[in-house]
Amino acid sequence: MPDGIVDRLAQLTLFGDLRWPALEAVAHTFEEEVFGAGQRVLRQGISGGAFYVILEGEAVVVIDGEERSRLGRGDYFGEISALTGGVPVADIRAETLLRCLSLPGPQLEPFLLEHPNVMLRMLQAEARRLRDSNRWQ
Amino acid sequence: MAVAPHPFPPGDYDVVVVGSGPGGLQTSYFLGRLGVHHATLSADEGPGGMFRRFPLFERLISWTHSTADVPLSSREFEAHDQNSLVAEEPELRALVPGVLEEGRRRPAREEMEASLRTFAERAEIAVRYGSRWRSTRRDGDRLVLATDDGEYRCRAAVLAIGMTEPWVPEIPGLELAHHYVNVENRPGRYRDRRVIIVGKRNSAFEIGEGVVRQGVRELTLVSPRPPDLGRLARSPLRPWYLTPYDEHVRGAPGRYVLNASVERVERIGEAYRVHTLDPTRAEPIVLEADDVIAATGFEAPLRDLAQLGVATVLDGRLPALTPYFESVTVPGVYFAGNVTQAALGLRKHGVASVSSMVCGFRYNARILARHLAETLTGTRQERPPVPADRVVPYLLAELDRAPELAMQKGYLARVLSAVGGDVRDEGILPLEVFVDGEADGVAATLEFDADEEIRPVLYVRRGGLLREAVLPPHPLRRYDALAYREALDDLLRPLLRS
Repeated sequence: MPDGIVDRLAQLTLFGDLRWPALEAVAHTFEEEVFGAGQRVLRQGISGGAFYVILEGEAVVVIDGEERSRLGRGDYFGEISALTGGVPVADIRAETLLRCLSLPGPQLEPFLLEHPNVMLRMLQAEARRLRDSNRWQ
Repeated sequence: MAVAPHPFPPGDYDVVVVGSGPGGLQTSYFLGRLGVHHATLSADEGPGGMFRRFPLFERLISWTHSTADVPLSSREFEAHDQNSLVAEEPELRALVPGVLEEGRRRPAREEMEASLRTFAERAEIAVRYGSRWRSTRRDGDRLVLATDDGEYRCRAAVLAIGMTEPWVPEIPGLELAHHYVNVENRPGRYRDRRVIIVGKRNSAFEIGEGVVRQGVRELTLVSPRPPDLGRLARSPLRPWYLTPYDEHVRGAPGRYVLNASVERVERIGEAYRVHTLDPTRAEPIVLEADDVIAATGFEAPLRDLAQLGVATVLDGRLPALTPYFESVTVPGVYFAGNVTQAALGLRKHGVASVSSMVCGFRYNARILARHLAETLTGTRQERPPVPADRVVPYLLAELDRAPELAMQKGYLARVLSAVGGDVRDEGILPLEVFVDGEADGVAATLEFDADEEIRPVLYVRRGGLLREAVLPPHPLRRYDALAYREALDDLLRPLLRS
């Protein structure tokens, strides 16, 4: 697997606690996917989606055709449907050339159990999202 | 009619196809049938592509049956024969069964090469052999492909260049190892040797199987990623290549499959020392071997396409592609053959296409040729009407028997458009094209679900709203049963009424 990916992973908060060779094992577990501007990555209401981490580029979150927010390097998506078994509640569309790492939904739970540090980082991020959404209401 | 010995002089063509392996021949065939003005170039001296060299030890991992309950020349037979190219004319179909050694179900390299040669001859596919594509540039609305013979200008280039160039990760000392492509397949070459194979995918298991049969003393497969047993269960590798893994899990002496990163490789006299780190262990594991083989994968020979702006994936090993196999960043640069595995599709539940194999990309080539015919010439191919009362039986018959759906699960679909009650057969298309499109209609496909059960799945768009309907599996995969008919009736009634 790309050595460049290992270096890039090391810079992302989600994987910040991992060191080589654990980082390399992560790079080998995830697949790299590249999308052109305008291509859809995750689809609202369609089952079987994956978990994605953005390595490079920008994406938009679209719900019922309406743009809700933007995602960039280090952001990730698809974890909620992967962990709950539901369908994504939004489309994720590449806004620029978008380079991601992906993990099939059913593999996210075993991956997190094997990498508790990554799980903790994800939990912290989800907690921040929850706090922010409560604050807005 | 004989094919001209050295056709296609340098010049201006609508499409230039590069490659004379199965991907190049299949694309050239369909472009020819659609009347698209094109030139086909190949660096090789004859048809066959990768099968002129690979696989090294083994037969292919894809099957061809020589008999079935349907005629060999029928469309349905394609599902029984993963290795033949497809064609409209009966005499061009199912050519691999004709060259297969009696009693075999998987062709050898030479048999594949022979079947492709026969296809090229019978279909009269003209190829300019011995003409190597060297570089690429853009000139206005034309792409210019430079070859040893001169320059070819085109509106679209289709690169069917395979994925057979060795790729070796930047691990210190790994360059000392033999790559898969340079391994000697000489009887007894590995007898009583200690062999380390870096890698744990198809080529690693193929070589592992080959050297085990030669009576290797010790065999270790090493790479960071554990073998993905869930995926192997669905893989054609399972019954044929897994002796090394099987012997490892059963504790056979000198058979190891390590999940560890390779830190460096050193040469110690005639032998090698391989330093590895397993993330779950504190101590490094140091292995000694007489031979180290890098089965670390392949890359497509993309030459200067990155400089032209073609975005790539996996450290430049493959181009990033649209659903119509076009570079996501450089319009007009298309790919055929096993590079089309880079067009991802929906990958539901992590299931990839089989576009890396003939049985997958032969259909991709047909889709690409029609797409090029329509986009370059502006002439829309016919979309036959489907009477409303025939829609459900037609889709059920396709789910039952369409080889495209059986082979390319979750990737290709039978698509019908439905606009104002006018239902048209849009053909077999990448599912992604329909799902991410806007037109009302229905796409029918077969998919693996999260438990690896095969299910019929329908995607219905009406009034711009898309709905996914995952139907129950059938133990015999027969979808003409009443329950499916009723389910489709219910799903499609609103669409067909409007």
